[in-house]
Amino acid sequence: MNNRKLLLENIDIQGIESFDIYRKNGGYRSVEKALKKMSPEEIVEEVKISGLRGRGGAGFPTGMKWSFLAKPEGVPRYLVCNADESEPGTFKDRYLMEKLPHLLIEGMITSSYALGANLSFIYIRGEFMYILHILEKAIAEAKANGFLGKNILGSGYDLELRVVPGGGAYICGEETALLESLEGKRGNPRIKPPFPAVKGLWGCPTVVNNVESIAAVVPIVNDGGAAYAQIGIGKSTGTKLISACGNLARPGVYEIEMGMTVEEFIYGDDYCRGIANGKKLKACIPGGSSVPILPHFLVCKTAAGEDRLMSYESLSDGGFASGSMLGSGGFIVFDEDQCIVRNTYNFARFYAHESCGQCSPCREGTGWMEKVLHRLENGHGNMRDIDLLEEINKKIEGNTICPLGDAAAWPVAAAIRHFRAEFEWHVTHPEEAQKRNFGLIQQVVTA
Amino acid sequence: MIKVTIDDIEVEVEAGTSILNAARKIGGEVVPPAMCYYSKLPGTGGKCRTCLVEVAAGSAADPRPMPKLVASCSTPASDGMVVKNKTSQRVHDNRGAVVEFLLINHPLDCPVCDQAGECNLQDLGYTHGNATTRYEEERRTFEPIDIGDKIKLHMNRCILCYRCVEVANQLTNQRVHGVLNRGEHAEISTYIEHAIDNDFSGNMIDVCPVGALTDKTFRFKSRVWFLKPMEATCACTKCSGSVVLWMFGKEIYRVTARKDKYGEVENIGDKTAWICNECRFEKKDLAKWNVIGPRVIDRHSVISQGKYETNIEPTIKKLS
Repeated sequence: MNNRKLLLENIDIQGIESFDIYRKNGGYRSVEKALKKMSPEEIVEEVKISGLRGRGGAGFPTGMKWSFLAKPEGVPRYLVCNADESEPGTFKDRYLMEKLPHLLIEGMITSSYALGANLSFIYIRGEFMYILHILEKAIAEAKANGFLGKNILGSGYDLELRVVPGGGAYICGEETALLESLEGKRGNPRIKPPFPAVKGLWGCPTVVNNVESIAAVVPIVNDGGAAYAQIGIGKSTGTKLISACGNLARPGVYEIEMGMTVEEFIYGDDYCRGIANGKKLKACIPGGSSVPILPHFLVCKTAAGEDRLMSYESLSDGGFASGSMLGSGGFIVFDEDQCIVRNTYNFARFYAHESCGQCSPCREGTGWMEKVLHRLENGHGNMRDIDLLEEINKKIEGNTICPLGDAAAWPVAAAIRHFRAEFEWHVTHPEEAQKRNFGLIQQVVTA
Repeated sequence: MIKVTIDDIEVEVEAGTSILNAARKIGGEVVPPAMCYYSKLPGTGGKCRTCLVEVAAGSAADPRPMPKLVASCSTPASDGMVVKNKTSQRVHDNRGAVVEFLLINHPLDCPVCDQAGECNLQDLGYTHGNATTRYEEERRTFEPIDIGDKIKLHMNRCILCYRCVEVANQLTNQRVHGVLNRGEHAEISTYIEHAIDNDFSGNMIDVCPVGALTDKTFRFKSRVWFLKPMEATCACTKCSGSVVLWMFGKEIYRVTARKDKYGEVENIGDKTAWICNECRFEKKDLAKWNVIGPRVIDRHSVISQGKYETNIEPTIKKLS
């Protein structure tokens, strides 16, 4: 399969992070084209035609999100780029921003112009402080070359771009919590409605987009939405960055065309080259820690026996009973030696730690699940606990303010659904379960 | 005006009204319980999830049902909306789950808690709670702290409704307390045990739905249902001066603002009758008050049991 690259095409060019080399390799063409030849409405229309879907995890059509933006007179509008990438297993945005900072800035300028924003923000995770410096340097370069600031390229359009670091909370990746944090408040998700498109940052209409979505606007404006829509399959158009990790022979960030088979992605020579150390595939989480886990027999084939493809539709084929989600593209692979209970506990611990504590089901439920899983994992559980876990995550799901509650419940629900025997084995073989996990517990014991 | 149907009862409300307020307009059993929403404090609500309701039809224009249960306090009603509260088993189950979540870390110390008898969580426990707990782990505990010279904070009992935070935001000119940490470890506290020193801080006690914030001048003095609530006024320059005195004989045990049947401070005219700390904590002398008469406690919990107003009429009927 001839795989086209739209975002990472020039990533191997030496010095691509500097303005001059990026520009020499065709950078900032989209800004010139947009500002000189296109109206903001035309760009929104192109993005709609492209079928681009939000790359942060939810997969909401970006063009539609943009067209929902309220445009009252005399009120500023904002574009905020969500660079608070903190989902376990996802590291595509970090790679993109680190290697190609100008691609994001180019996308921000074009998108801000399309939305009529004169002040835009990149909200970056606090731990990515070194990337903040990379981005600020790139912004200074872009400004010095007339692509930012007043009257960009003589078009009369003004744009200020700021990079704002967060404190490193996972919850601030939720768009309304991100806005609260950006306003300088505690990062609690807001109650919706009103949605950010109507009342967002400082009460003004705001669009929040993922780094990859904004970067994808560049090829869409350069080559047209129709060309972008030709890549991919069905409603999953274009290319997607997949951050593959876990027990793979060659983990890393790959740009793939939507619609590639999962089998090729895992075993293909151009991609992950199979499972590391000649082991066998046990399970796979295809979209970051918050999506359901798939057992080995559902990874490459759907329940109906069709090839599973890397697309929004194919990965969610079969619903939660036998499918998962593309999510943010954090592709985590487990080999036969990995313990699913331990992994589930690890995720539950993460969500309990990252819950903001605002609404009761998530605050209490995530902590409860963590404790029950801790007990199971350490050989103190009983069969009743497995049913209790199922019950708890059913009561969290859908009853919370923001999707973090769902994200905490789904992995636990799916792990029990597909690997119940393993949970039961932990109950019936507490001592062996301890030995088989060479994790933190044993390190503490031997130290 | 828009028409909303809640539990098969139709009500007409102004556009933009929340489902909860529409239900309150009907009154009675169709009103969902609310632990965090406080109609007098804009910005509260949506957090505790006890007011979840099922929307069977979104509106007349788009009659599709909403897939998830929605928080009735923060979801605006729309014309032709059909809402199910007590008629929905799903609502009952999920509300029960929320109550279970609220109770797993809540100490069951009602016998020594000053809020007992007028506690929203206790009421919810009666209606939706389980007889036993499934929580085997150790409960989260905190040491009680003095959050002001007259207010005690028992963080163990707190359900993080954020009402007291909004009181400080909206009634006082500077908030010095808030929520620290996150998730399970979130707690209400002042910045490094800084004391809250403000004339209206006592209203935090009135808005607290549980016994997390209690009045140090009243703590452990009496159970609330042994006291006679009397309406009284005084000429206060700082606040409305309209209060309820909780008396035993001629002694005033505590002073609170006048609360309605939802436990919210009443409006007098178009202003909410918040009271100042001087009225609440200092004026325990009957001579300082102009007593109007007995206060009807229009609530369903033990506090209103055996009280004159509610029982007079049936008793008279029985006698005659």
